[in-house]
Amino acid sequence: MSHSLDGAAVAAMLRSAAELVIAKEPVLTKADQAIGDGDHGIGMARGCKAALAALDGIGDATTPKAAFIAVGRAILASTGGAAGAVFGTFFQATGKAIAADSVDREGLAFAFDEGAKAVMTRGKAKPGDKTMLDAVLPAIESLRDGGDADFAVLGQRAAAAARRGAKATANMVAGTGRAKMLGQRAVGHPDPGALSVSFLFEGMAISLAGHGQ
Amino acid sequence: MTKPKKLINDPGQIVEEVIDGMVYASDGRLVRVPESAAVMRTAMPDEKVALLIGGGSGHEPMYSAYVGEGLADASVCGNIFAAPSPDIILNATRAVHRGRGVLYVYGNYAGDNMNFDIAAEMAADEGIEVTTVRVIDDVAAMPPARMDERRGIGGAFFQVKVAGAACSEASTLAEAAALVTSAQQNIRTLGVAMSPGSIPQTGSPTFVLGDDEIEIGLGVHGEAGVERGRMLPADQLVTAMAKRIMDDLPFRRGDRVALLLNSLGATTMMELMVANRCMRRLLDEAGVTVALTYSGPYFTCQEMAGFSLSLMRLDAVQEKLLRRPCWSLGYRC
Repeated sequence: MSHSLDGAAVAAMLRSAAELVIAKEPVLTKADQAIGDGDHGIGMARGCKAALAALDGIGDATTPKAAFIAVGRAILASTGGAAGAVFGTFFQATGKAIAADSVDREGLAFAFDEGAKAVMTRGKAKPGDKTMLDAVLPAIESLRDGGDADFAVLGQRAAAAARRGAKATANMVAGTGRAKMLGQRAVGHPDPGALSVSFLFEGMAISLAGHGQ
Repeated sequence: MTKPKKLINDPGQIVEEVIDGMVYASDGRLVRVPESAAVMRTAMPDEKVALLIGGGSGHEPMYSAYVGEGLADASVCGNIFAAPSPDIILNATRAVHRGRGVLYVYGNYAGDNMNFDIAAEMAADEGIEVTTVRVIDDVAAMPPARMDERRGIGGAFFQVKVAGAACSEASTLAEAAALVTSAQQNIRTLGVAMSPGSIPQTGSPTFVLGDDEIEIGLGVHGEAGVERGRMLPADQLVTAMAKRIMDDLPFRRGDRVALLLNSLGATTMMELMVANRCMRRLLDEAGVTVALTYSGPYFTCQEMAGFSLSLMRLDAVQEKLLRRPCWSLGYRC
């Protein structure tokens, strides 16, 4: 049973998230070809590889803040495109919102929420615009409402919420980004950024399932 | 559908190889910004307002082939169809800064906006003043009242040319930005695709069109446009496009304009001249005088067949800026 995560646990969680996104590159590419220009998977994989290298660089003797910020910086510097700015901003702002050497459920929910707010400010997107926010916000809400559950359970629930959120973006009309110009024609296809979020949270859940055992 | 044949090596290395190729092609006038996917002028005057342009690669000659004397001081190169990262933009910003601030000119896309904005904030932290004037010339998607949400397409050439001249002559960043904003507000473009380009990394077409279909209002990234129609004879298509462009500003009897017929890649000079003939007759009928005509591949999307028509309303100041001598790989006058 684990109710808090130290720096090494956060680093392991982020590593697992990055690894899953890299593995899912073809799925993301296909999703982006439907309503974008098909480069989302390539960019995310590039950013996540840089994130893995950055995590290698800081090692296990780290803090949650440093691990999140290292991942955010790496994604921002190496991904490019809207995805680099959005996901880089998300992880950086999440990291900046964690002060202590370990983070509990409420602290992590708060930090992710600060990350989501930073994305909204940067990208001028809002919930329902068919963006990554539509997967991130349900995951954060699930974490916030997690009660006494340990991180293994919280991770599974957050991943499930992100997955549902990503799936629901298929029915939305895009309010920002290039898909906005497609109007109704993007309906029926999920947002690639939201899919990336669901893979990130699924990857985190895989790591958290083994944590504290 | 067979994969298109492209003269490339490793798709992941295209951007780096294009930068090297451009530097060589410049015969000493351009250099790479150290350790960055960015191109800059070899020799820059001191105390100049700097102009930085850029965006996703794959649209050559936009943007890097418009770096040179009288045009941009540097261009930042994202991956194919993807915005450059803030780190590259910041490096290039530092490299061109000569104490008078840096003007950013690029197309209005979510990815570009975020990455350039982050870079501008980082530059501000270092004491470098940055002003941004985005290209918002695409009349297809948003009504005039929401012009700020429009994409930047072919008319980016006009804005970069004016910005290059303005930054060469203005003594302050604010003065240069005001001249470029004036140009921005007077440029209108509409594009049509007849067959898609393809993404170098995957070889996949950026969208699929039926034999008799065209895509109206496409962007320059190969993303689908906003509406599909049937293929029409050139004059009918140009007439329909011209009406949308003319009505948007609107352009009026007595106006003096610059005209750009931009090939998106595969459309030939033959076709552009057929289009130009029709466009000039329409403008003559409307009492609009064409002072300057540009035609050719100015802002492309790989081997996409299609073209865009851009008009820029001119006043004496803007016309002089457009005519000001310049050098670059992609355009010189």
